[in-house]
Amino acid sequence: MKIAVLSGKGGTGKTLVSVNLAFVAEHSIYIDCDVEEPNGHLFFKPKEIKNENVSVWIPFVDGKRCNGCRTCVDFCKFNALAYIKDHLFVFDEICHSCGGCVLLCPQDALSETPKKIGEIKKGSSDHVTVISGILNPGEASGVPIIQSLLSSSGEDSLYTIIDCPPGSACVVMESIKNTDYCVLVAEPTIFGVHNLAMVNELVQLFNKPYGVVLNKCFEGFNPAEQFCLENKIKILGRIPFDHQLGTVNSDGRIASKEIKRYKDLFTDLLLTISEEA
Amino acid sequence: MKIAIPVNEDSMKTTICVSFGRTPYFLIYDTETKEAQFLCNHAASSQGGAGIKAAQMIIDNYAEALLTPRCGENAAEVFKAADIKIYQTKEDRLHDNIQAFEKGELSLLNEIHPGFHNHGGN
Repeated sequence: MKIAVLSGKGGTGKTLVSVNLAFVAEHSIYIDCDVEEPNGHLFFKPKEIKNENVSVWIPFVDGKRCNGCRTCVDFCKFNALAYIKDHLFVFDEICHSCGGCVLLCPQDALSETPKKIGEIKKGSSDHVTVISGILNPGEASGVPIIQSLLSSSGEDSLYTIIDCPPGSACVVMESIKNTDYCVLVAEPTIFGVHNLAMVNELVQLFNKPYGVVLNKCFEGFNPAEQFCLENKIKILGRIPFDHQLGTVNSDGRIASKEIKRYKDLFTDLLLTISEEA
Repeated sequence: MKIAIPVNEDSMKTTICVSFGRTPYFLIYDTETKEAQFLCNHAASSQGGAGIKAAQMIIDNYAEALLTPRCGENAAEVFKAADIKIYQTKEDRLHDNIQAFEKGELSLLNEIHPGFHNHGGN
């Protein structure tokens, strides 16, 4: 079963929930799709790490064939090509690897060449297989890394937990599209609710069964809870605003490994998700 | 000599635009004939690479120098390849900058910023 953990806003507790769900499962795969700042590995401290490079295709110019017609320059929506003083220039970091320039070149002056944009690290930590994606700074999109991550998970584990990037853009869509269930993590702030509404719309668009985990809960009014009630969204569980949890978590330790009540909380949460999906 | 300047409106009374790649207009000005031509900057609405496209347009209009308050690194690379010098504007008003350039009072822009790309997600 593949479970994606997402939230519109950053810092609501996606990694806290993902790491602990993966830990309380008997056998699981944890995949960190937050490729711009993967941090799940800080909790698992995986061993026997294997690296795999991820590349995209970018255009390569044959200067002898190029006659300066500029078909490619005019076509590129991202303006990754410029023609200056009888030379075609390619701006690698702006190129989105669509391959359109290569297809359209009437002189066959463009071919494709691989360019490394990041890597995947796969290791293990007790009963959890930990796979992290890392996008090199300055690259256009993390989507190719996420595609490699999700296709490399390989073996069929009982639970695959996907820690998504924040937001609701392409990288999130790529992370959730082949999952069985989506867990939306929400915090009790107005800003949090605004972004929860965006991911709520996204998971509905993808027709995914989903529910919400309310994080940082304290006494009094919770705008995220009100949003769930108003929109008839299943509340899967509640994580308290707890100093001890904050301390353990910010120290890179796994709460459900060290604190009994969190082991119980996340075990119950995983059970609830399994029943819902 | 033809110079290019990012400006806010298509009039000689206008001011310098703080953005190079996403300025609404470029003035192409000939310092010898005093001929002025305003170009609509089609790069302004680009999804990305606005600086590169704007630089391409300036080169295609045969400007030999650019007067701008700042310039990103990709555009600067295009200008370097085309041997176009980049001068830093001093004042807000277009007219004052043209005068300063003609008197040789503008210095070369030596601070190239890394760009303001991908703000707001992609």
